[in-house]
Amino acid sequence: MHAFNYHKASSVADATAKLAASDDGRLLAGGQTLIAAMKMRLSAPSDLVDLAGIAELRGIKVDASSATVGAMTTHATVAASPEIKKAIPALALLASEIGDPMVRNIGTMGGSVANNDPAADYPAAVLGLGATVLTSKRKIPADKFFTAMYETALEPGEIITSIAFPVPKRAGYSKFKNPASRYALVGVFVADTANGIRVAVTGAGPCVFRLPELEKALGKSFSPDAVNGIKVPATNLNADIHASAEYRAHLITVMAKRAVSQILSK
Amino acid sequence: MSVRLSMTVNGKPVNADVEPRTLLVDFIRDTLRLTGTHIGCDTAQCGACTIHMNGKAVKCCNMLAVQAQGSTVVTIEGLAKADGTMHPMQAAFRDHHGLQCGYCTPGMVMSAIDLLKRHPHPNEQQIRAELDGNLCRCTGYHNIVRAVQAAAEA
Repeated sequence: MHAFNYHKASSVADATAKLAASDDGRLLAGGQTLIAAMKMRLSAPSDLVDLAGIAELRGIKVDASSATVGAMTTHATVAASPEIKKAIPALALLASEIGDPMVRNIGTMGGSVANNDPAADYPAAVLGLGATVLTSKRKIPADKFFTAMYETALEPGEIITSIAFPVPKRAGYSKFKNPASRYALVGVFVADTANGIRVAVTGAGPCVFRLPELEKALGKSFSPDAVNGIKVPATNLNADIHASAEYRAHLITVMAKRAVSQILSK
Repeated sequence: MSVRLSMTVNGKPVNADVEPRTLLVDFIRDTLRLTGTHIGCDTAQCGACTIHMNGKAVKCCNMLAVQAQGSTVVTIEGLAKADGTMHPMQAAFRDHHGLQCGYCTPGMVMSAIDLLKRHPHPNEQQIRAELDGNLCRCTGYHNIVRAVQAAAEA
């Protein structure tokens, strides 16, 4: 990879200042996406600001209505957290299926959400649960956060500090894994929330999206059969050597059914 | 730019000056001359580079050496006792022929040790799922799974 200047930040304010002082600096969270990209020279920041030393960015706080996860909390921590398993088991399940055990030991929720890979899992949970992304500057609701492929509402220099998930009545996540990379070819998060049913789909399109038609159908009848007869259009869905757009459109309804069955089986 | 790095590797303190872009795997292999940790793919998929950092399995080809600052690192060379007695996982791989060319093996062993720490009594399905991040081109995984099962029962 190309050379860069390395800075270890002592606080969010320190990280913000170091980013601002750099030519073309980037934040380093777990590095599981960034380091790989830098190795291939797809990314070549002038400076890396390491967030690993900021203790306030780690941790999980759960109360009756909300589960808040620090941006530098690893996937393994979320997957193993007794509080998350109790409050939002679908979130712990989702985290336990990201990548592989080694990726989960160092990859972080903030890093994943800020990157917004079209096949990442967390965006489906953030959008599916209607979570709020808390940053160094403001609070961004999920519906406004994910804007395009690898793009979010974050402004330059803005740092995710934590993500607050409202505790749903019940939720489930089902993912059709790419057999080689284990990324989501299609992943569907279904949540029965205080504001109705939410369905978020990752992997299928350039960016995570909701399916109002599926949400209405499940609102009327929360069963796998409610999905029958719904055909998701293949327009604007991803097509590559792993799956055509039509196949992804089909997988969306299959994974939605599985997520609903998962919820009902508990 | 040069960064002062210090960590503990296989029980011994290590101090060095590194360029920030030095990968942890290159630091371990080229600077520390611990070549038991292998580079199999360079895209962080194969797991041959798996080591333990602060007790957790990580792929060190996908990390900067500076990310290990102040940490405790254990590589495959750090498993056996000073008198050469193998770690039970190493012995299980030997006993159950869990390797052919041996290239993936250090990563498999490090990964399997982490696996048993988190799931002391895994079933076959769990072993296969938890070794998701370690690819083997020789064995078809069958004897690797047997080795881990044997180590779990030991």
